[in-house]
Amino acid sequence: MANNIYIYILIMAAVTYLIRVLPLTLIRKEIKNTTIKSFLYYVPYVTLAVMTFPAILSATDSVISAGVAFAVAILLAWFNKSLFQVAVFSCLSVFIIEMIISFLQL
Amino acid sequence: MNNSNLYWFRKGLNNGIPIALGYLAVSFTLGIAAKNAELTAFQGALASITCHASAGEFAGFTCIAALSTYAEIAIMELIINARYFLMSCSLSQKLDSGMKFFHRLIMGLFVTDEIFGLTVSVPEKLNPFYMYGIAAIASPGWVIGTYLGVLFGNILPVSVVSALSVGLYGMFIAIIIPPSRKNKVIAGLVAVSMTLSCIVSYAPVVRNIASGTRIIILTVVISLTAAILFPVKESRS
Repeated sequence: MANNIYIYILIMAAVTYLIRVLPLTLIRKEIKNTTIKSFLYYVPYVTLAVMTFPAILSATDSVISAGVAFAVAILLAWFNKSLFQVAVFSCLSVFIIEMIISFLQL
Repeated sequence: MNNSNLYWFRKGLNNGIPIALGYLAVSFTLGIAAKNAELTAFQGALASITCHASAGEFAGFTCIAALSTYAEIAIMELIINARYFLMSCSLSQKLDSGMKFFHRLIMGLFVTDEIFGLTVSVPEKLNPFYMYGIAAIASPGWVIGTYLGVLFGNILPVSVVSALSVGLYGMFIAIIIPPSRKNKVIAGLVAVSMTLSCIVSYAPVVRNIASGTRIIILTVVISLTAAILFPVKESRS
């Protein structure tokens, strides 16, 4: 049986949507349990940290440029720069560092 | 739309700009994966507008390329996207208990790593229009990027793609670092999370765990440990 690409996409979309929408629609009240509350409070920080590092190191063409971008982002975020500034300056530092690297290799 | 909704919608549009730019870059590479799975630009964009999930779509395209069964692709999506379940649980606590059902149904479409990061970090309750504002600018970035990726996969200079791909991580850092400065527990958690994530990514045996699974396991273990050791008292501020 030949598989249909549109059915594949439909399955992907349906599963992904259910995962996201069930907690939003089923959990209608504020959770009172302190442990569960604390758990959910910590989830965003932990999950974002886990997703960022070390994945960021392999996101670019060179570990060095990625490492610099990581440091630049932490420094700017530490001094409360806006989301946009942090994102843009980490991209720029990758661009500049990689230019320097390719220049040195010539 | 009343004033408060309008305010949040516009704020969302503004804060959604870096997400949209990051999405353009990431989804562009996603488009290349879609093309490799022999999807058309339209099919790639359709997957992106209905899923909004980077790892989930990458995995899905890989399954499609491998002619997996429908059951296999469903299980794959369930595992890879399970972290959204945790995020939605967390986000549900930011919603007013009287919030209309259809708002919840729409918001469910847009719980991505980045949009979650922004919406969950608002003080007090979340106004759904903030999420809609972010989605209104970020989602087109995601969908258009995928479309263009399928069409022009190999034209954009490598250096530009490389630079753009750290944008999303920069944004994550901008979300987690400022609270770390104020709260020592969060600072410690961020450091521990990154360290453990690094160990699990490179250490023998455990490095074979797929990244989606790694994220879920670490998130559950670390957050639960923290919740037991450092319960949050009073309000969630």
